[in-house]
Amino acid sequence: MAQYTLNINGKSYQADVDADTPLLWVLRDTLGLVGTKYGCGIAQCGACTVHLNDNAARSCTLPVSAVRNGKIVTIEGLSEKGDHPVQTAWNEIDVAQCGYCQAGQIMSAAAFLTKNPKPTAEQIDTAMQGNICRCGTYHRIREAVTLAASKLKS
Amino acid sequence: MSILPKTSRRDFLKLATAASGGLLLGFYWNDTAAGAPNVVGNMSLTPDDITFNSYLSIAPDGIVTILSPNPELGQNIKTSFPMIVAEELDADWSKVNVLQAALDTQKFERQVTGGSGAIPHSWERLRKAGASARQMLLEAAAKRWQVTTDSLTTSQSVVTHAASKRKATYGELAAEAGTLPVPATVTLKDKKDFKLIGQAIRNVDNHEIITGKPLFGLDFYREGMLFAVIQRPQAFGTKIKSVDSSAAKAMPGIVDVVTFKNNVAVVGKSTWQVNKARKALKIEYEQDGASESTPDHDKLFKTLLDSPEATVRRKDGDVDAAFKQATTVITREYQCPFLPHAPLEPMNFFAHVREDGVELVGPSQTPEMARNETAKLLGVPAEKITLELTRLGGGFGRRLKADYVLEAAELSSIIEAPVKVVWMREDDMTGGSYRPAVRYRFSAALNSQGEMIGYKLRGVGINAGNCTREDNFPSGAVDNLLIDSIEHKSPITTGAWRAPITNFLAFAEQAFIDEVAHAAKKDVVQFRLGLLDKAKRTPTGAVKYDIDRMKTVIQLAAEKSEWGKKPKVFQGFSVYFSHRSYVAQVAEVSMKSGKPVLQKIHAAADCGIVVNLSGAYQQVRGGIVDGLGHAFFGNLTFSGGAADQKNFNTYKLIRMKDVPEVDVHFVNNGIDPTGLGEPALPPTGGAVANAFFAATGKRFYNQPFDKQQDAIPQANIERM
Repeated sequence: MAQYTLNINGKSYQADVDADTPLLWVLRDTLGLVGTKYGCGIAQCGACTVHLNDNAARSCTLPVSAVRNGKIVTIEGLSEKGDHPVQTAWNEIDVAQCGYCQAGQIMSAAAFLTKNPKPTAEQIDTAMQGNICRCGTYHRIREAVTLAASKLKS
Repeated sequence: MSILPKTSRRDFLKLATAASGGLLLGFYWNDTAAGAPNVVGNMSLTPDDITFNSYLSIAPDGIVTILSPNPELGQNIKTSFPMIVAEELDADWSKVNVLQAALDTQKFERQVTGGSGAIPHSWERLRKAGASARQMLLEAAAKRWQVTTDSLTTSQSVVTHAASKRKATYGELAAEAGTLPVPATVTLKDKKDFKLIGQAIRNVDNHEIITGKPLFGLDFYREGMLFAVIQRPQAFGTKIKSVDSSAAKAMPGIVDVVTFKNNVAVVGKSTWQVNKARKALKIEYEQDGASESTPDHDKLFKTLLDSPEATVRRKDGDVDAAFKQATTVITREYQCPFLPHAPLEPMNFFAHVREDGVELVGPSQTPEMARNETAKLLGVPAEKITLELTRLGGGFGRRLKADYVLEAAELSSIIEAPVKVVWMREDDMTGGSYRPAVRYRFSAALNSQGEMIGYKLRGVGINAGNCTREDNFPSGAVDNLLIDSIEHKSPITTGAWRAPITNFLAFAEQAFIDEVAHAAKKDVVQFRLGLLDKAKRTPTGAVKYDIDRMKTVIQLAAEKSEWGKKPKVFQGFSVYFSHRSYVAQVAEVSMKSGKPVLQKIHAAADCGIVVNLSGAYQQVRGGIVDGLGHAFFGNLTFSGGAADQKNFNTYKLIRMKDVPEVDVHFVNNGIDPTGLGEPALPPTGGAVANAFFAATGKRFYNQPFDKQQDAIPQANIERM
């Protein structure tokens, strides 16, 4: 066990955990930030997506010891009131079915749109290819990313 | 009244207090949320809420609280149930709050998510709950103003007496109305007056979902709770011979290692620690039953298809004579593999077995069965067991079983502590309860006019029970028909998987019918309509599907897709009746640089009245995506009784780029809702396979399609 100081959602958190503990489980089991989901544990489904220094990262395979001073943002900290343009678009398009994968989808979309605010349809598909939605809400994810991009423009 | 968020909120506050004092390993809940995030649910009733019936309460401030009793797994029941109550109540939807009810079968009767049955079952009950509360509010207003109830109107949570221009809100009337007797009979609205039903209403949990609030079983946390993972046998047909848990027990955070039944449970302080320690277990297994592999099943299927022993499911006319008279006989076989359900939230359940009772919290499609089986297992009366439902991160039938609830309860009773058992993805994939592997043989006898005079179907499956649906189309439309089945019993466990049996049977049947229609030299849509006309005109045996409803969706799909009228677009047709509803689909494939590309699927659905247009539309699209993905990619194979695919790196689920455009059309016939959770899935495989045939001349017979490299030039589907 070792003590780690983590910068999450603009705050400093302490976690006393094993060095190889993936960030996902530190968030969920140690810090109670359960918005970030477990889906596969091998970076295949994207449910655990967070931002590490503004890039989308799979927290299920990221050891806490590798985070260092990295700036982490989770779904809980994407916006103060849940009104980030991607979150607003997700609500307006009514994307979710079961909702379990959506935090990861939103975090992937938000990181992507920061880098590419005017994406083509193909670029959206490529950006979201790493996130599985078992309910099959892909059409609405496409629509919501497109809507979020238009919100970011205006 | 037992409602989830009450206890949950208290739990949270306890935690928050502990955290602010710096206890509990630096445990901080995120505080960006306004107020306390609940572990599950989104608010609770207050003492001011006036309860009108099991479903609804009204507070003096006008907030209408509606309880949603059924498990929510993405079918959107937590939004559509309250919509039905609110419709008859004439409530202002913006002032409606929805709560997930805990298990209480005295109040709610059926609290099950399965069989696309929730709305059909509860439709009238929910309407009456809203209408009777409305009637009580009317009577309270009539009493207050000394007028008759029929001089009053309601709208948007307000009662109006037009003649005197008096108005009172439901909140103002609630206390008085709540003391009145519940009316014995109520008049329900004329369906043409529906204002809320049929609208597109957003998911009531949207805010919680998009902000990452704890909603799911996996998110549930209780102070002092332990975490556990369970090592189950990797191969079906084996049992534990010996367990050496000394290394695992010595690892950090491990509290105990417990062996019960065929399980070795590692119990500790965090998910990561218990899962890491599980890898240090040394368990020997010995053979306890048959060791089966996929090639064994392939051989077995062929033997069973020729077996003289089969259970006859339906027999009409003289099928042997019909096949002797036939000018053309077509026989085709279709096979599907096992499939895991793979809901994205893996199985998990919290259990706390105490001396005075048992507390269960988690995601279940059948909470009542879970409670009753727990009662039986532990020898505890069912009324001593509470079960709180969390939101389910998908179900697809897997959570119809109570195995994972029982494991948690048994473990808690052994370690005498509150524990949450968590399944890792590998546990979920290897843990059984799969969609059974099945093979079908269809035969059709055609006469010289191209009429189908004989039809045979044999289904053979592994733990599949009756893998036919003997009364479905085309039964009733063929004079001579024989449908039978054979089940092979295997240690590989199976269970209901979204649209049980029909999830593959529909593909096989609709692909076969397509081939028969081509052999009969008829348009595939006209061929189906012709069979339906015959079933209507001169039915053979019982017809247990609604011919007119089926014809209507066929015609609507053909019309919306401009069937047969699009140059350079290759279309495939499919129609299926399942779970009381009817869906027809047209898939469209275009050739792009010599490769077939699936571009679009048109769906025409008849589920009766559409309650929530947003939920319903997505339910059809989602069902199609599910059907498409598993038809193309889903493949779980076995070697020596063990599943070969253990996670999403080797088991492919459909992803964004595989998904074509989908258009959805509903038949608006005004009949009471007939369910939509499953019926859109079964027709998809057939429509797509038939479209690929139209484009390439090659047919799919087995799923997954992408394993048949010889069948199509390109295995993967693409989007233009």
